[in-house]
Amino acid sequence: MSADVPFTRTLQAEWIKLRSLRSTWYTLSALMAVGIGVTSLALSTVGQDYAEASAADRQAWDPTSLSLTTYIIGQLIIGVLGILIVTSEYATGLIATSLGATPRRHRVLAAKAVIATGLALVAGQTLMVAAFLLGQAMMAAQDVPHAALGDDGVFAALAGGGLYLSAIALLAVGLGVITRATAGALATLVAIVFLVPALSGTFPSWMHGLVDIWPTKGAAAVLTTVPDPEFPHPWLNLGGLWLAVAAVLATAFVLLRRRDV
Amino acid sequence: MTRIAVRGLTKRYGPDTVVDDLSFTVEPGQVTGFLGPNGSGKSTTMKMIMGLAEPTRGTATIGGRRYRDLRMPLAEVGALLDAGAVHGSRKARDHLLALAVSNGLPARRVDEVLARTGLESVAGKRPGGFSLGMRQRLGISAALLGDPGVLIFDEPVNGLDPEGIRWIRDFMRSLAGEGRAVLVSSHLMSEMARTADHLVVIGRGRLIADTGMGEFLRANGEGTVLVRTPEPGAFALRLTAAGATVRDGSESSLVVSGMSGEEIGRLAAYHGVVLSELSPQQPSLEDAFMELTKDAVEYQGAAA
Repeated sequence: MSADVPFTRTLQAEWIKLRSLRSTWYTLSALMAVGIGVTSLALSTVGQDYAEASAADRQAWDPTSLSLTTYIIGQLIIGVLGILIVTSEYATGLIATSLGATPRRHRVLAAKAVIATGLALVAGQTLMVAAFLLGQAMMAAQDVPHAALGDDGVFAALAGGGLYLSAIALLAVGLGVITRATAGALATLVAIVFLVPALSGTFPSWMHGLVDIWPTKGAAAVLTTVPDPEFPHPWLNLGGLWLAVAAVLATAFVLLRRRDV
Repeated sequence: MTRIAVRGLTKRYGPDTVVDDLSFTVEPGQVTGFLGPNGSGKSTTMKMIMGLAEPTRGTATIGGRRYRDLRMPLAEVGALLDAGAVHGSRKARDHLLALAVSNGLPARRVDEVLARTGLESVAGKRPGGFSLGMRQRLGISAALLGDPGVLIFDEPVNGLDPEGIRWIRDFMRSLAGEGRAVLVSSHLMSEMARTADHLVVIGRGRLIADTGMGEFLRANGEGTVLVRTPEPGAFALRLTAAGATVRDGSESSLVVSGMSGEEIGRLAAYHGVVLSELSPQQPSLEDAFMELTKDAVEYQGAAA
């Protein structure tokens, strides 16, 4: 009878699917264009901001973090990419074909997760480095204290940014499987990365542990070089986010396995 | 030779039993028509065979194994469940390539199946702009990628123009001619009459008939005889008196059942009745099908 097909084939197939859609490349282009655009807009008046800053603000001046705030928009675009990898198959009905070709369903999801996370890591890391370099150049041009790639903590902040964005991509894949619909998954993602952080000040104290690992809150604290007193252990927070994302993905695996297509 | 074996297959969605203790076999080398009214459970049965829906009870196996245990499913089962199930902006060739690669099939298979379905010229195009007929062909290309011994098609001619219908019909016949087991569903009896060797008829999820096409035709749909005479009223009385059932046909003809043409001719001769037409009517497949499934149609019109 037929020989077994290695997992690398499933990975390769998912990569062909992703690269053969123009929307993938449009989304990645949008990520870079918007990400860089937001950086240059945010820092266009950074000289004035610094001039008006209080002594305490100057004490906490973090040129690295300032140049990376574009992650807030970047995470949404990367999230869209992760969601579409899954929900475009549900929207078109292609999922039945995919699971017919690969009835070991966990393979399909594992391949999608690997591809989405990997692509988000590369694209997110590229955006982080590009935004950092552009931001520092703009700050230098406006005679504001700025950082260089070799400075203390800069490498960690940039790497943290890439890992943060890829965690969001993986979260998006999980949400896509759970909701099976682009709109539902996107609404959930927006609620997670924008809505909950905006409302977090009103949460009771027992939820502060959640805020510590929440996207755009504690988990994003790794994107700094000057420690935030609110989040003293940013890498633990990011680790917590990854664990939470792993739990969401585990749920997605169970649902995908159990549900009829 | 690979066959599909469905044994005691049952699917419940909450209180609704969609497929009810269904058993049949799809043999290699022939086209098995899977027939039933809309909503009778055909698609659900096919999804269970494909491992896309989990049976509540019973099994569906392909060559003795459950679908989900197949390691290279495309090399054993090819299926077209929904021709629309492609991403409209992924080029036809890429769509097929991803499927082929996922099963470890060589990339040249993509060009081979595109050639077999006559899609070479649109291989680099996006299916979003394809006609329904072309999408069906693309779906069939995907089903053929692994050169499988079993093929499953769900309503493949739905919405096609006559040329497309003929192409699919001939294609099914040629696939069966190559020794493959072909299962094709339809709610159109007339379509099956030209395509299938064997019939599996279901209604409300239950098996109604599992039989060869010829036997099905002979066993179902009682034959009628069309009679035309200048004095239909009087002759109808004589026919009824002789035990036949008579109803009025078009243009003052009589449709007689319960008597053969020869018996009717003798009766007319005995009474000196002039006949201008005496023609036995072949029971149509459609009639046979309606007759079989009349109790099993889920939603009947008020007039039915």
